[in-house]
Amino acid sequence: MEIDFEHRQAAHCESGVTTNLLWNASGGKITEPLAFGIGAGLFFAYIPFIKVNNGPAIAFRTMPGHIFSRTCKSLNIPVVRQKFSSKEKAQLFLDECLDKRKPVGCQVGVYYLPYFPKEYRFHFNAHNLVVYGKEGDNYLVSDPIMEGTNVLSSYELERVRFAKGALSPKGHIYYPGQVSAISDEQIKQAIKSGIKKNVFNMLHIPGSFAGVSGIKNTGNKIKKWRDKLGLEKSGLYLAQMVRMQEEIGTGGGGFRYIYGAFLQESDIYLPGNQLGEISGIFTKAGDMWRTAAVHAAGIYKGRLGSQNDFNIMGDYLLEIAAVEKAAFETLKKIKWQ
Amino acid sequence: MKKDDVPQDLSSLGKITKEVCYATDSNGKYVTELSSGWDVKITALDTAWGDIEKRIASAKQQVLEKKASPLLFFMEYRLMDIGILAGYTGFWKWQIKRHMKPEVFSSLSEKKLEKYAEAFNIQVNDLKNMTVHGD
Repeated sequence: MEIDFEHRQAAHCESGVTTNLLWNASGGKITEPLAFGIGAGLFFAYIPFIKVNNGPAIAFRTMPGHIFSRTCKSLNIPVVRQKFSSKEKAQLFLDECLDKRKPVGCQVGVYYLPYFPKEYRFHFNAHNLVVYGKEGDNYLVSDPIMEGTNVLSSYELERVRFAKGALSPKGHIYYPGQVSAISDEQIKQAIKSGIKKNVFNMLHIPGSFAGVSGIKNTGNKIKKWRDKLGLEKSGLYLAQMVRMQEEIGTGGGGFRYIYGAFLQESDIYLPGNQLGEISGIFTKAGDMWRTAAVHAAGIYKGRLGSQNDFNIMGDYLLEIAAVEKAAFETLKKIKWQ
Repeated sequence: MKKDDVPQDLSSLGKITKEVCYATDSNGKYVTELSSGWDVKITALDTAWGDIEKRIASAKQQVLEKKASPLLFFMEYRLMDIGILAGYTGFWKWQIKRHMKPEVFSSLSEKKLEKYAEAFNIQVNDLKNMTVHGD
């Protein structure tokens, strides 16, 4: 079965899936950075009560599913989305979509994803890929992280679509409904609303677990980790943070760069609003996250380990919080030209 | 990050696929560049796996000393906690905790053992004997 679908590699799974699903409909206008920014993808949250591999969950992007939904909604594209309690019904629905020649997005767990190297398989259930065809018992899969496409047997696909644990996908399937041509005017409006939503997420979510206050709060917590958790466990926590920050499917430092790229592309649609300059601040924030990761590596490799090293680590996050806060406040104040 | 600074330290993922990175060129314009990995990420992953290996070894020891059933070993081996295993098998958490006792485990029906084996992606025999085949 041949479906008109082109696989393009991306930096992040959900913005990649969104771009690939909207590529034809948008005439190639919706690039990955645009999808990420319009989808208000940039985020930070420290969620100690969700454990990932025995450490606290730290998210650097918005909730799974939101980038796709928001990008479509902002562009006036209807979204079809479904979850299933029955594996049979989930497969039937998928097959019907493919019969109608519709490539679809699927949320999957990575643990039993056979084409990932073993070292990368954790019970992380918010990975996204596109299924774009079926040959016999095999599904044709476009995973935006990979350079090429892959094939999964129906059992392998079912297994990852019904992965268990936190954020279990329950066969979650989604695709854009009827799409008419996307005008530049629509994209302009979508960019503005994406920025507005991201400003809210980073500056105004109440409580101290999310957004820039979440980064600041985490920085202060890290300073206490050495005494509270001991050197080994705090090393593990920091390694976990770096993995969440930089690893496939996440990418906190990388997300700041994608956001920088988004603002640069937006500057072409909405000139005269200094988006190009603000893009530079996010580049700086991305660089700071990476510098912090290098310092964290010193700790989990055992090269660093004094309380002072933990203080420096915490201070990196406080500085990042200040830089990102200033950047989003500048975005908030824009009087659109 | 500057395009020229995109790290190229070969990771285990890098052997299979390179990753897309957004970075700036000499004019400050964002472009994409492929990376084969970054030492800082590689050691973060190694650190996590070092901890997992330790937990697997300790679980194995407990099974050999008859302090736990092979379920504990395979849970650690498959990076699962009781909640995830409950999700895959349909058992309640308290049932799994009970099945972790060697004497309870040895009296489990073939049907129940099969549920566990499927969750761990192994054969029932391997489950009983704590045998792993590299994968």
